Amino acid sequence: MSILVNSQTRVLVQGITGKEGQFHTQQCIAYGTNVVAGVTPGKGGQKMDSVPVFNTVQDARDKTGANASMILVPPPFAADAILEAIDAGIELIVCITEGVPVMDMLKVKNYLAMKKSTLIGPNCPGIITPGECKIGIMPGAIHKPGGPVGVVSRSGTLTYEVVHQLTQVGLGQTTCVGIGGDPVNGTGFLDCLEAFNADPDTRAVVMVGEIGGNAEEVASAWIKANMKKPVVGFIAGLTAPPGRRMGHAGAIVSGGQGTAEAKIKAMRESGIHVCENLGSLGKLCKEVFS
Amino acid sequence: MKIHEYQAKELFRKYKVPTPEGGVSNTLPGIEQVAANLGLPVAVKAQIHAGGRGKGGGVKIAKTSQEVAQAAKAILGMTLVTKQTGPEGRVVQTVLVEKGLAIKKELYLSIIPDRSTATITIVASQDGGMDIEEVAEKTPERIIKVPVNPVTGIQGYHLRRVMFGLELDKVLMKEFGAILKNLYNLFVDYDCSMVEINPLIVTEDNAIIALDAKVDIDSNALYRHPDVLAMHDPNEDDAAEAEAAKYNLNYINLDGNVGNMVNGAGLAMATMDIIKQAGAEPANFLDVGGGANAEMVENGFRIILSDKKVKGILINIFGGILRCDVLAQGVVQAAKKINLSVPVVVRMEGTNVEEGRRILAESGLKLINATDLADAAGKVAELVA
Repeated sequence: MSILVNSQTRVLVQGITGKEGQFHTQQCIAYGTNVVAGVTPGKGGQKMDSVPVFNTVQDARDKTGANASMILVPPPFAADAILEAIDAGIELIVCITEGVPVMDMLKVKNYLAMKKSTLIGPNCPGIITPGECKIGIMPGAIHKPGGPVGVVSRSGTLTYEVVHQLTQVGLGQTTCVGIGGDPVNGTGFLDCLEAFNADPDTRAVVMVGEIGGNAEEVASAWIKANMKKPVVGFIAGLTAPPGRRMGHAGAIVSGGQGTAEAKIKAMRESGIHVCENLGSLGKLCKEVFS
Repeated sequence: MKIHEYQAKELFRKYKVPTPEGGVSNTLPGIEQVAANLGLPVAVKAQIHAGGRGKGGGVKIAKTSQEVAQAAKAILGMTLVTKQTGPEGRVVQTVLVEKGLAIKKELYLSIIPDRSTATITIVASQDGGMDIEEVAEKTPERIIKVPVNPVTGIQGYHLRRVMFGLELDKVLMKEFGAILKNLYNLFVDYDCSMVEINPLIVTEDNAIIALDAKVDIDSNALYRHPDVLAMHDPNEDDAAEAEAAKYNLNYINLDGNVGNMVNGAGLAMATMDIIKQAGAEPANFLDVGGGANAEMVENGFRIILSDKKVKGILINIFGGILRCDVLAQGVVQAAKKINLSVPVVVRMEGTNVEEGRRILAESGLKLINATDLADAAGKVAELVA
């Protein structure tokens, strides 16, 4: 088992004929993902490798039964692409694009609340159920199928580091979700934690946060009240200066809010095993989870 | 992106949010001329991208032409240090001169996006003119917060909640409501990440005027605001950070002596943290992005080394899509070209890592290989100790 994606997931790619779209579609297919369609307006009827391309998401869904979408379009078109996927009834939408304006995401998020779709991202590496389905730009080879660990993270390469260490110590993963580094995004820690809690094959969770906002604090409170499985947590940004955006649009300490210290404290008080030093995360997980 | 107060007030005027009469200048005679045209008294205000200007001596009231000349002399060209500038401060290049007003009441008004609820939040208080964070901490009941759903936009009841919350005099309500609505529209139209007026004053003759103005714009949305892009003031940029931005590198200068180059923002932050845990201090944050190549590594080296405090460099790359052998070639190529003057510790992991390590080892360069993150941080900390 896994959460959100598995070998049955039928993926379409919005922006499939672009440079990034082509490359990452090929990578996903090589990993074994069932990519059934692509969408690029004006290129309907063409093919990208062997994947049929459509003009609209609605067309692609009607003709191929796609139920998940990976979005790799430039930032000015990302909100449009997400909304199109929502209205076409795509169940899972994964937006990789970095640099989407906050105002666009404020509208998308409120619209999404009225609909059934799940959005992951934007500004994220995507989601992978190792050995079954990869929707995103993460390197597939570092993952180890079969669980027992679920991973949820706000970061990209930091997630790869974490997954790599898990694999090194022999801990496989059920599903790894990169929820993205933007201040306003779709699926958050809470949704993933709930799903991991309900998934019988996920027996432990690693949660990777960073400075900015209060999502980690909210998630910690939920974990304390509801989580049946052990959680290891890590927070990046202890040395980040206040008032500066650390690469990710959402990674900023402002007005004393969103500090790494406050998040670590909230995690500790909720019974989460906090990893102090990233270099030893794999080792800590091995100790805690065995 | 931050803009100056006088630029924010240009946007206010465009949206019919009243501001004091005034003008800017970057010369002493120019400042005196603006003051003479306005009539006394005037406020002379330093234009830098930082709060706390008044406390730092960057805002002065002048009642006579002599005082105008004194204030202009004191402020123009001064290095203004506030709690937001850091100890090095900023040199004041532009001065705003505004007509003095008789103040009856000072209010606080701001609009910010709320990331957790995905709403646009209006924040208001009767305690204008003070440090709002202090007000929020000591007397939270004096702060009104009204969330607006961005899909429905601002409605009459939002305005009423703010105005009744502020215990506003009835004669002011029509005017205040119009100003708040216009300010909200400005916030949305210009993709603001903050609009703040502190203080928003009520004058003796019941006019409502934005005495100060702060507007920050979402950098991701600048492509649709060329007029804001034209307001960019290069004097406010950190030289190394501006240089990095040219090459699409995300660089932030810090106080330590261990330079570091990492792919990905989260891993870059975590690398800074682990340097500190090993007993050293990071000199920067540098994210070379997921698709780093030889050219980016070279530019990264150059920018890190432009900081003379740097005594050692840690490169931490998790090769995913970016293969370690490609990266290693980039590092070797860049290091040879740049003539590295400080030791470099390289920690690579991921795709093709063996090949990458071999390239580094056979390069003939003094690159120190690290096996994992903890090892890398320990080695670089030892080198700069």
